[in-house]
Amino acid sequence: MAPEITPLPIAPEAAATEAKATIDKMLKAYPAKTARKRAKQLLVNDPEAIPQIGANTRTIPGIMTQRGCTYAGCRGVVIGPISDILHITHGPIGCGYYSWLTRRNLVRPRHAGDTNYLQYAMSTDMMEEQIIFGGEKKLRQAIREAFDIFHPKAISIYSTCPVGLIGDDVHAVAREMKEELGINVFAFSCEGYKGVSQSAGHHIANNGVFKHMIGRLDEGDKAEFNINLLGEYNIGGDAWAIDEVLRKCGIHVTATLSGDVTYDQVCKAHTVDLNTVMCHRSINYMAEMMEKKYGIPWIKVNFVGAEATAKSLRKIAAFFESKKLTDRVEEVIAEGMAKLKPVRDAVTARCKGKKAALFVGGSRAHSYQHLFADIGMETIAAGYEFAHRDDYEGRAVLPTIKVDADSRNIEEITVEQDPVRYNPRKTPEQTKALEEGGFSFKDYTGMMSEMKKNALVIDDISHHEIEKLIELRHPDIICSGIKDKFIIEKMGIPCKQLHSYDYGGPYTAFEGAANFYQEIDRMLHTKVWKYVVPSWMKEPQLQATPIYNPKEPKPKAAAPAPVRKPEAGGEAIPE
Amino acid sequence: MNVTSAIDNELDEPRFNHCTATRNACKLCTPLGACLVFRGIEGTIPFLHGSQGCSTYIRRYLISHFREPIDIAASNFSEESAVFGGASNFKAGVSNVIRQYQPKMVAVATTCLSETIGEDMDRIFHDYLKESWHEGHPHLIKVSTPSYSGTHIDGFHAAVRAAVAALALPGDRTRRVNLFPGMVSAADLRHLKEIADDFGLPYTLLPDYSESMDGETWSEYEKLQSGGTPIEAIHAAGCAQCSLEFGRTLADFPSAGRFLEERFNIPNRRLGLPIGLRETDALFEALEAASGLPTPAKYNKERGRLVDALIDGHKYVFEKRAIVYGEEDLVTGLAAFLAETGILPVLCASGGKSGRLERNLREVLPMLDERTRIHDGIDFAQIAELAESLKPDFIIGNSKGYALARKLGVPLIRVGFPIHDRIGGQRILHLGYRGAQALYDTIVNALLDVKQTSSPIGYSYL
Repeated sequence: MAPEITPLPIAPEAAATEAKATIDKMLKAYPAKTARKRAKQLLVNDPEAIPQIGANTRTIPGIMTQRGCTYAGCRGVVIGPISDILHITHGPIGCGYYSWLTRRNLVRPRHAGDTNYLQYAMSTDMMEEQIIFGGEKKLRQAIREAFDIFHPKAISIYSTCPVGLIGDDVHAVAREMKEELGINVFAFSCEGYKGVSQSAGHHIANNGVFKHMIGRLDEGDKAEFNINLLGEYNIGGDAWAIDEVLRKCGIHVTATLSGDVTYDQVCKAHTVDLNTVMCHRSINYMAEMMEKKYGIPWIKVNFVGAEATAKSLRKIAAFFESKKLTDRVEEVIAEGMAKLKPVRDAVTARCKGKKAALFVGGSRAHSYQHLFADIGMETIAAGYEFAHRDDYEGRAVLPTIKVDADSRNIEEITVEQDPVRYNPRKTPEQTKALEEGGFSFKDYTGMMSEMKKNALVIDDISHHEIEKLIELRHPDIICSGIKDKFIIEKMGIPCKQLHSYDYGGPYTAFEGAANFYQEIDRMLHTKVWKYVVPSWMKEPQLQATPIYNPKEPKPKAAAPAPVRKPEAGGEAIPE
Repeated sequence: MNVTSAIDNELDEPRFNHCTATRNACKLCTPLGACLVFRGIEGTIPFLHGSQGCSTYIRRYLISHFREPIDIAASNFSEESAVFGGASNFKAGVSNVIRQYQPKMVAVATTCLSETIGEDMDRIFHDYLKESWHEGHPHLIKVSTPSYSGTHIDGFHAAVRAAVAALALPGDRTRRVNLFPGMVSAADLRHLKEIADDFGLPYTLLPDYSESMDGETWSEYEKLQSGGTPIEAIHAAGCAQCSLEFGRTLADFPSAGRFLEERFNIPNRRLGLPIGLRETDALFEALEAASGLPTPAKYNKERGRLVDALIDGHKYVFEKRAIVYGEEDLVTGLAAFLAETGILPVLCASGGKSGRLERNLREVLPMLDERTRIHDGIDFAQIAELAESLKPDFIIGNSKGYALARKLGVPLIRVGFPIHDRIGGQRILHLGYRGAQALYDTIVNALLDVKQTSSPIGYSYL
């Protein structure tokens, strides 16, 4: 079996030097210019004096990125999960095919016979003829037919790369069809080449949802504590787990943007009293715009992790300033924590002190650190795929973020107070009182303030850098996506996918936390890893054993363990 | 559904609605096929000239099938490159890839984006090489793969041709045989290599992702997974005694085999995908001719066992009705095989549109009658509409048919690509007598399972 080594705590200076050395080794393979650019995205963290990160900058051509495109962010992430809009991809076949249910955003029809178009991937499947002569005619025809077949409440059109280039006016087609068919039809100019990553698509999607859906139904749900959950996409049933815990507390969710949500729910989202934001990156635009137009305040929440869930519930209760709600929330937390305790304790006993690294998304690389912290695991490195500086450094840096050419491409819509429906949910006095009591609105402080000093922060990590990280820092588990998973696992390190959850989940709230702890425990401790010796274990560096505390048990083996192969027909290898 | 213009006129015929849009496509995009081919060449990194999203989506899809890493670089177009051209992105991208991966070859496929703006790839290559070529520079090849013309399989065959066209060298004729298998599984590729070895034939198998896309764990980090057709073998393809290419649709396609025939006068023998008895017989005949040797005994025995199994199982399968879908050549091969077993292919459907599907099916199955419907350029929504009245006992094809199988309450026999709801899609063997045997056992057992499960008594002897 692999040698068990309990490292001594390293002196802070040594840790800083080691972290810096890791980054230097990662950069060494790059040409000078590339290395200079990448250096701005590879940092040693200091929560006290947060360094500036070069996030949301273009991936250098030829560097193997995890990032997707604008279309993926718009069609795939933000709007795709709305279940009763008929989504039509306008373009050649690939993009529509690849966004066909690949995100695992689950939907559960409320009533038998409810519409769910998510199994359906509709594409105009543009051919050479449309590229040359234009695709508007085909798009119009596709929309008419889609309407005839389904009579959907709304139809949404997504542009792929060629559409913008050949100059198809998808918005004009949408307006025309809206008039002709009498249903809501709208379009998104989310061509793949716009913006730096899928993040541009999130922004475009936010704008479209705000313009074309929010505010269309003024009759809201009747509920005492009425909120929206923004930036929660119901991967693996996450939104359901959150909804359940909120329901227990007596908090009603009008719309979840956009996991398992219907068109009507989105249309009346402006009737709530509070917006809670899960994924800051993909949806903060919406929260801001709704506040400006309708006076709905927003707060950052995080239901990933037991402690984080408790904190978020308390924060919502504090907002409503209701003793009844506060008491109920405390009961739910106590019940959830008590139920979770045996699992959490058992898993913590086995996982404490293990090291995790997370490279995913625009919020998950941060929020999942809370789950690892719950079970005593340390995050030694983390980074986002497509986040911006504010997701790393906190919203305080927003005024200092430079607008570059890529961001300028994306429409910033001007939002004004709605003359009729603007209704600040709190008076300035109430807001002030809350804030003085320690409550903070729109308060995302970013990933780095919550990470340890000298942890590595790596934006848009490449395969090469992952390889170096494994070789030099030996994480016990890495959380990432499918594109990295099999590279990491071939090197003998378990990799948990945080996009598709390896087809598991939910991982939110108390119920989900238990799932995650157990899953991580199983992944770390399954016997299959014993068949593989990570390549770094064979490096001579390991044989130059550091000084061990004499009181500590002597490490079993400083020399590399031989690769074991199961004998044909043999039993599982004994410990 | 009130969309008119149904394809079929007779009212009692199964029919589907015409629809301008493609709904649940039964095809993937062109560059995907090219990327898979390039990763089946040793030391080669695929490089997409276009938006990074294409690379990400294609990687995501290939990985979900193979459960293996695949790196596909991209020139990461910005809006600026989309307007002014991507030459500088191309140059930066290729240099970075070479520096990081030290590949033997960078193989470039275009995308909708670069094709739509009309990138002059010849010029970009010329300019790049003029500036950057040096002794020991990796090979650089390119293929045009706009997704608005053709499907993934066209991209696949075009990439094989591009590789051969760029790398095959003339020379004295050797005993070598070129094998162009088309888009088959990693297990199929391994089987073909075994067969060629057993005939004692030197071969160029292109592509060969049997190792690079179905590899072992690593003792050392592999930037580019090892395995793949050696570039030397592609050089040598220009001196081969003959080419065997699989895929009847290639009759109208400027294939690698045809290129070698036209350029180097290497005879090109086109075969169907060797699925089932007769199509496999044709392969072995061709190999006997090329090697001058009889088929090794082991394959005769495999054939014998297959025939024996067909007899053992006939009572479970005859007159069963199957819907077959996927790439046109796969559909043709599967339909040929199913018919041999006594199963009736009630629908042969493909998202591809070479214009040859029906002709190819009639070539292998001259006895086809009106009970078999043939549709190319079709999507899953239309297949589902037809399926209602076709009453199949099972459907056979890739994972995208799952929703249909579930709706119909019949088994889905998973073959082809993509398979992302089962493990081991890359290890499904389709080709040769051995592949037919495996498929046959899978099909019979799936039908027996239905029978057993739906029986009120639940016999354990069947």
